[in-house]
Amino acid sequence: MITRLNHVSVYVLNQDSALDFYVNKLGCKVHTDAPMGPGMRWLTVCPSEQPDLEISLMPIEDGVMFKDGAAEQMKALVKKGTFGFGVFECDDLRATFEELKAKGVAFKKEPTKEFYAYEALFVDDSGNWFSLVEKKDG
Amino acid sequence: MLKMETAYPKIYLYKRIVQAKLFIDNNFQDKIDLDNISDESHFSKFHFIRLFKEIYGKTPHKYLTSVRVQEAKEHLEKGIPITETCYAVGFDSPSSFTGLFKRAVGLTPKAYRTQQLQRKEEIAEKPLKFIPNCFAQAKGWSENSNFQEVP
Repeated sequence: MITRLNHVSVYVLNQDSALDFYVNKLGCKVHTDAPMGPGMRWLTVCPSEQPDLEISLMPIEDGVMFKDGAAEQMKALVKKGTFGFGVFECDDLRATFEELKAKGVAFKKEPTKEFYAYEALFVDDSGNWFSLVEKKDG
Repeated sequence: MLKMETAYPKIYLYKRIVQAKLFIDNNFQDKIDLDNISDESHFSKFHFIRLFKEIYGKTPHKYLTSVRVQEAKEHLEKGIPITETCYAVGFDSPSSFTGLFKRAVGLTPKAYRTQQLQRKEEIAEKPLKFIPNCFAQAKGWSENSNFQEVP
């Protein structure tokens, strides 16, 4: 029986810039930052109150994972905003929206009451979009 | 979310409280007078504390302490000495810092610093221990992979 998710990857255009975005703008914490040889780095962050969910900030590079021009194709798709990677939760959506906006985070959708929750959509520094919802009581 | 009669009619309230929160985030290392923040926000102190708590779940004072503890963790993870960390993040005395830190983190600053430096050392020595093998293999880092394709 599957019980939990503990790692997820977000493909980013630049790891340093993504680190700044996820930590200094979204308020995530660095979980693991391991140099893996010249120009390579395993870098994961986690939401401030969820230290056991590691979000791997995965650079898109030619190599074992992306072959035969796939890296360039993937970068183009990420830049175009093709991928939505998940849903972040917050205690107060309006306050979080105002804070992220003040920090320069771009939103595709302002806080809106949907049938499932109050929701906004923001875009990371690479072009990946995320839903941001207000935690429901209970 | 603030209890309001309709959705978000008082955005200016949010903007002012969020600015106060960002002020704390950016100035935690200084002596912060919460009276000044409430004045800056154009609220009475009581009203300010009530709204802040409603949005962030804790009083501005408790929030300030939590920011300082979080920053202290980051200093200690870098190996910065405890007393230096204490003053750098805005605490007045090492003894109150140690007490507040232990209550929040469950470890003394000294124990936390030792634990984190050991972890850092281990990451530098055996990074693959901290990376799921599927990722290590996909990146070509896994030298002795035991990954087998499922038939």
